[in-house]
Amino acid sequence: MRSRIFFVVMILIAAAIYAIARTYNNEYYFFAIYTVLQYVVLATAWNILGGYTGYVNFGSAAFFAVGAYSSVVLHKLWPDVPVPLLIVVGGAVSGLIGFGMGYLTLRLRGAFFAIATLAMAVVLQTLITNWSFVGGSRGAYVIRPQKVDASLFGDTIANFITTVIATSYLQYLCLVMFVLAVAALTTARAIERSALGYGFATIRDDELAAEASGVPTLKLKLIATTLSGAFMGMAGAPFPYYISFIQPSSAFGLEYAVNSIAMPMIGGTSSWIGPLVGAVLLGSLQQWATVNISSAVGVLLVGVLLVVFVVVAPNGLVGLFKQTFMGKKA
Amino acid sequence: MSFDLLVSALIAGLLLGGFYAAVTVGISISFGILDIVNIAHPGFIILGSYFAYLLNSKFGIDPILAGIIALPAFYALGAAVYQVYYVSFERRGKEALAGLAFFFGLLFISEVLLVLGVGVDYRYVQAGYIDQNLGKFLGAAGSALPKLIAELPMRMLVPCVGSLLMFGALLAFIKRTFIGRAIMAVAQDQLALQLMAADPIRIKRIAFAISIATAALAGAFLIIIQPVEPSVGREYIGRVFAICVLGGLGSLPGTIIGAMLLGVVESITSTFYGPSWAPAVAFGLLLLTLAFRPSGILGRQ
Repeated sequence: MRSRIFFVVMILIAAAIYAIARTYNNEYYFFAIYTVLQYVVLATAWNILGGYTGYVNFGSAAFFAVGAYSSVVLHKLWPDVPVPLLIVVGGAVSGLIGFGMGYLTLRLRGAFFAIATLAMAVVLQTLITNWSFVGGSRGAYVIRPQKVDASLFGDTIANFITTVIATSYLQYLCLVMFVLAVAALTTARAIERSALGYGFATIRDDELAAEASGVPTLKLKLIATTLSGAFMGMAGAPFPYYISFIQPSSAFGLEYAVNSIAMPMIGGTSSWIGPLVGAVLLGSLQQWATVNISSAVGVLLVGVLLVVFVVVAPNGLVGLFKQTFMGKKA
Repeated sequence: MSFDLLVSALIAGLLLGGFYAAVTVGISISFGILDIVNIAHPGFIILGSYFAYLLNSKFGIDPILAGIIALPAFYALGAAVYQVYYVSFERRGKEALAGLAFFFGLLFISEVLLVLGVGVDYRYVQAGYIDQNLGKFLGAAGSALPKLIAELPMRMLVPCVGSLLMFGALLAFIKRTFIGRAIMAVAQDQLALQLMAADPIRIKRIAFAISIATAALAGAFLIIIQPVEPSVGREYIGRVFAICVLGGLGSLPGTIIGAMLLGVVESITSTFYGPSWAPAVAFGLLLLTLAFRPSGILGRQ
């Protein structure tokens, strides 16, 4: 399937899910769907670097938080910046950090990169905690508008948008996240089928051999860190509007780092389906556990599943599925 | 910047550095020598802290004694973790990505379990010496000491001395005994070790178990120095790896140098710029070391 067709199909699926949620019109559904979609983007972004090139990033929360805080900065300077623009800026800033990160550490062995990402997360968290303009450790309030501002498109279309498509701002954010998730998945799938994807795979399988046969490994790794960081930043950019109050400890929360590793590893890291399956299943599971038990139990479940899967089924659910139903040896 | 303040920050930094050496020695063994990226190590240290807290609050046992009591249990835990790691990753030759995720998961599970089990409140231990300084602790003999030394807080001094003793004992073990030398050898050539009739897997299991056992004592030291809550371990991930990389992978003397250096830099930073900047110091130092001198101070080039 061509990427363009894939994109259209995914948009149609997303539209169908959104339409079903709209018929119930329960704000909680949008709240939950937004969270799951956010994890779809994070998991897919993590997998572009972690799954395709084999470099483990423990600092997903930092990229996510940088996206979120770049929105806070923009919001403080110009309160009316539209969300899509916030996403572009958040993605650009995080992508830049991903590039710098990769440039500093990717000449080293994989483990060092993983440790350096952890280190970077704490450095960035300390910087933001000490930066009073964005609220410092006390956090910052970002009041989201009651209604979507669509006056740009003229009265009739604006009226249509605010009464039929997205009656609340949360629904609008949810729509934006749908588009972002589809964009991330399409990008990941396109990479897999391109020369870039094969280059990434050679790095994962044997970096030395790849380099020896003329693969520009450093350049490819930099592309991967930049792209992966950018998508994580984009996932974080709408977050302040979604949550209304942001503080460093929530934006840099460990659950983002753990989830964005656990979801692809549990789903399967070899293709775009894995992170999607992992994020939808684990994201829903966490939502269920948060409502019915407690959020701590929800994240604990993910941690336990992560350890069980890497030990017992290193190819994830997708690998298990292939092994059982298609008779392929993992 | 007054001179007295600088001197006291320097001394506080050296005491802190001694303690950091105990925190890092486990990682120096597992990551530096065995090449096992055990990022869950700080999690084990926090477990050690809570073990000391439980024995101290329930039975009034001295925290350091509690750490010593915990040694065999942590040794066994370490051996078990290594066995799982070996069977699942090392034998399959897939340790890189999956192994990292495995330890990350362990770290995370231990933290959430502690949150669910004992809550997020800060816990601390009680012992007669903790709130005294050296002069007061020694009584009459202490009054003869110079003021600077007499004012050393026992809260920092005891963990520092304990850490250095533990470090010395480990160094002697590795230099003097057959198993210790075999541990150093397994890092260099596993096959040669097999030819000398030593089972490399057994040696690695012992070494990893020792590295986890050090976490029992390091945890006890930690809870003497500061109150502990489950997420404190995260701050130490950067510190231990920064020290380990700074000193040079696989070099135990390098670990001491790295630990002292980090202790001093952190102490000076928090004295002159405020404690909220201290965590960034370790990580900043780590990033700089990785970028410019990845082999560390005493590392092999």
